[in-house]
Amino acid sequence: MSQVTWIKGGRVIDPKIERDEISDIFISNGKIIDRPSRETLAKADTIDATGLVASPGLVDLHVHFRVPGETHKETIFSGTSSAATGGFTSVVCMPNTSPPADTAGTIQYIKDAVGRESIVHVFPTACITVGSEGERLAPTGSLRDAGAVAISDGGKCLQNSGLMRRAVEYANMFNMPVIDHCEDYSLSANGVMNEGLVSTKLGLRGNPAEAEDIMVSRDVILSAKTGAHIHIQHVSSRNAIDIIRRAKSRGVNISAEATPHHMCFSELEVSDFNTNFKMNPPLRSEEDRLAILEGLEDGTIDCIASGHAPHTDYEKDVEFDYAPNGVIGLETALGATLNQLYHSKRLDLPRTLSLLTYQPAQILNLNKGTLEIGADADVTLFDPECEWTPQSNSFQSKSSNSPWINRTLKGKVIQTFVSGKLVFDKGKILSS
Amino acid sequence: MPWFRKDLISTEELSPEEIQTVFKTTAAFKKILGRKTAKTPPLRGKTVVNLFFENSTRTRVAFEMAATKLSADVMSLDMKTSSTSKGETLRDTVENIHALAADMIVIRHSAPGSAAYISKVLDIPVLNAGDGAHEHPTQALLDCFTLHEKFGSLKGLKIAILGDILYSRVARSNLWAMTKLGAEVTLVGPATLVPREFEQFGVTVSHDLKSALADKDAVMLLRIQHERQNASAFPSINEYTRMFGLNKTRLSWLKENAVIMHPGPINRGVEIDSELADSPQSVILGQVTNGLATRMACLYLCSGGKAETLTG
Repeated sequence: MSQVTWIKGGRVIDPKIERDEISDIFISNGKIIDRPSRETLAKADTIDATGLVASPGLVDLHVHFRVPGETHKETIFSGTSSAATGGFTSVVCMPNTSPPADTAGTIQYIKDAVGRESIVHVFPTACITVGSEGERLAPTGSLRDAGAVAISDGGKCLQNSGLMRRAVEYANMFNMPVIDHCEDYSLSANGVMNEGLVSTKLGLRGNPAEAEDIMVSRDVILSAKTGAHIHIQHVSSRNAIDIIRRAKSRGVNISAEATPHHMCFSELEVSDFNTNFKMNPPLRSEEDRLAILEGLEDGTIDCIASGHAPHTDYEKDVEFDYAPNGVIGLETALGATLNQLYHSKRLDLPRTLSLLTYQPAQILNLNKGTLEIGADADVTLFDPECEWTPQSNSFQSKSSNSPWINRTLKGKVIQTFVSGKLVFDKGKILSS
Repeated sequence: MPWFRKDLISTEELSPEEIQTVFKTTAAFKKILGRKTAKTPPLRGKTVVNLFFENSTRTRVAFEMAATKLSADVMSLDMKTSSTSKGETLRDTVENIHALAADMIVIRHSAPGSAAYISKVLDIPVLNAGDGAHEHPTQALLDCFTLHEKFGSLKGLKIAILGDILYSRVARSNLWAMTKLGAEVTLVGPATLVPREFEQFGVTVSHDLKSALADKDAVMLLRIQHERQNASAFPSINEYTRMFGLNKTRLSWLKENAVIMHPGPINRGVEIDSELADSPQSVILGQVTNGLATRMACLYLCSGGKAETLTG
C-alpha cells in the first residue's frame, strides 16, 4: 500500500451514510480507504483533527469562473483556489462566458483550462440555446458528449415557453438536467433591486418577486408535463418556494437551490446603495428571506449554492444602476450557512452539511459528496466555532465583491483535500 | 440649530431643526435678493461646478444664479457630451474635477444614489440637484419654504401631491420634508404610479381624486414623466387628464384659499388647466423665486456659512 494520510480524531460527518462520530479518515491513492494495518498506520502522514469537523468536500452547483473571456475577473486557478479556501472540492461552472459555452469546442476549451489550472474538480455546464439568446437550441447531445453535466442559459432565462418545453424534453433524452434562472423579463424589465418598500424609497427600479414566481410556475408545469428534471437556481421568493413545495408533494421532478446571500440578507441592505448587495435575483423582503430558511429546513430547497459571481472592484465602483449583478461567495458560503442554519439551531450539523455535500451532488448525478470507502478522497476540515471577519483583500478570488466584508462569520475552513491531495492548508493554497 | 453637514443629499436625512435653519437662511437671502445690488460675498474665490448628467434648465440655472449671487465662480458642465460618454466612470470624472480645484459640486444624475456616492468619494461639499427618482432636496426645501411663507408653518397643513409619484424625486423629497414639519400628506394618482408601499412612509395613498383633494390646503402637481416610464402606466394622456388633471371643478374640492404648486416644467392642459396655472391661487412662479434663495442658502450652509451671521 502506498503512503496513507490519517486524519485523526475529528468529528467525522457524512450525511449520505448518516455517519457522525469522533473518528478517523484514511486516504490512500486519492481514495477513502478502510482502516489500514498497524504497520501501514505507523508510516502514515498524520493530521490531528481534534476539535475539527471532517466533512465530505463541499459541492457547489453554481459558480461563474469567467473562462473563457473574462479572466480579469476570475480564472480557473483563482476560482478553484477560492473554492478550496471555502472548502469546496467540486464546483459546477455556468456557461455564460465569453463566448458562451454553446459548442463542444468551448466545453473542450474549458476542460483544457481546468486540466491545466484547476485545484478542485470542475464540472462545466453548457447553454440551452445558441449564445444563450433564447432562439435556437444548442446541440445538447454533443455538449453532453464533450463533458457538460447539465444545460443552462446561465444568468438568462429562456422566455419562449415553447422552446423551453422542447429543450427539457430533448435534454431529458440524454438524462441532462436543465438549470434555470427564473425571471420573466416583461415583469422585471430594468429592475435593479427587489420591488418593494426599499425600491420605493430609494427610487430604484424594482424587479418584483412575481417575475421569478411566474417562471418557476412555468418550469413546474413543463417538468410535470415532460418528466424532465429542471433545477431552479437561487430561489429567492416566498411564493416561488411555495410553488416548488407543492410541486414536489405531487412528485414533480424539480429541484432548487438557495444562496447564502439570499439566506442572510434582505433588501434593506441596499439602503445605502452598496453595489456589493446588487444581484439577480435581488435580495428580497425579510419575509422572503425567512421563507428560504423554512424551505431549507423542510427540504423544499435541496441545496445551497454560492452563485459565486466575480466582478472587479472598478466594475462595482459605480452608480448602483450601472453596477453588474452578482457577488462572490465560495469563501464565505460555509460560514454563512453555519450561521444561518446550524448556529441559529434551525438544523443540526449533519443536515446542514447535507445541503452542501451529497444533496447538490445528487441533483446533477455527480459521484461526489461522501466519505464512503472507495469514494474520491475529497475532504474538508473546518472549525465550526472559529469566528473571522472577511476583508476586501482577504479573498483568493481575483474579485472581492463580497457582501460579507467586515461582517463576522462563525465557521472557517482549515484544510481541504481533493482526491487525497492537500490543496488548502490553514489560509494557504498549495498549488504545486 | 447650526448646520454641520458637508453635503446636501436628501431631505430624508435632515432633522426638522435643520430644515428650519435652511428656512431662516433662505429668508435672509431673500431679503438680500430684494436689494438693488443683490450680490453677496460668502463664496468669493470659490468655484462651484454644476455637473448635469441629465437635461435640466430651471434647476441648473437656479444653481448657477445662486452661486453667482454668492460671488462664486461657476462652471456648468453638460455631462452628456463629456468623457463619461467615452466610458469614464463617475468616480474618475469627479476626481478629475476635484483635482482641478473645484470647491463645491452640484450634481444632477439619472441614477439614484449617485450624489451620495460621490459625496463619499470627495471631501468637498456635494449638493444633490436630483438623482434619478430618489431625491431632489433643494426642490422640496423651496416648496416647503413657499408653504412656510404662505401659512406661517407646515404643522397641520393638509397637502396633496398629485401625479407621477413613482418616478418622482420631488415627491419623495417633499414627503420626507413635509411630514417632518408636521404636515399631513396625501399622494394621489393612478395605482400604477402611486404604489401602496408609500403608506409605510407616513403618508396617505389615494387613487380617488375627489376624496384626496377634499379639504386640502395645497395641491402639488407633478409632471407626467414619459421619459422615465418603461411601459405606459396609463392608457393615454387624454385619459390621464380626464381622470387626474386639475381643472376648475376639481379645484373647488380643495379649501377655498388652497394653493396650487408645481415644480415645473408644466404640461399645460395635461396635469393642469392652463388658466389655473396662471390663477391667483398658483404659487408656481413664487416657487421659482424661492428656489434661488433656497439654493443660495444650501450652498452657503454646506460651504460652512452660519445662518446666524447673515443679515438680510
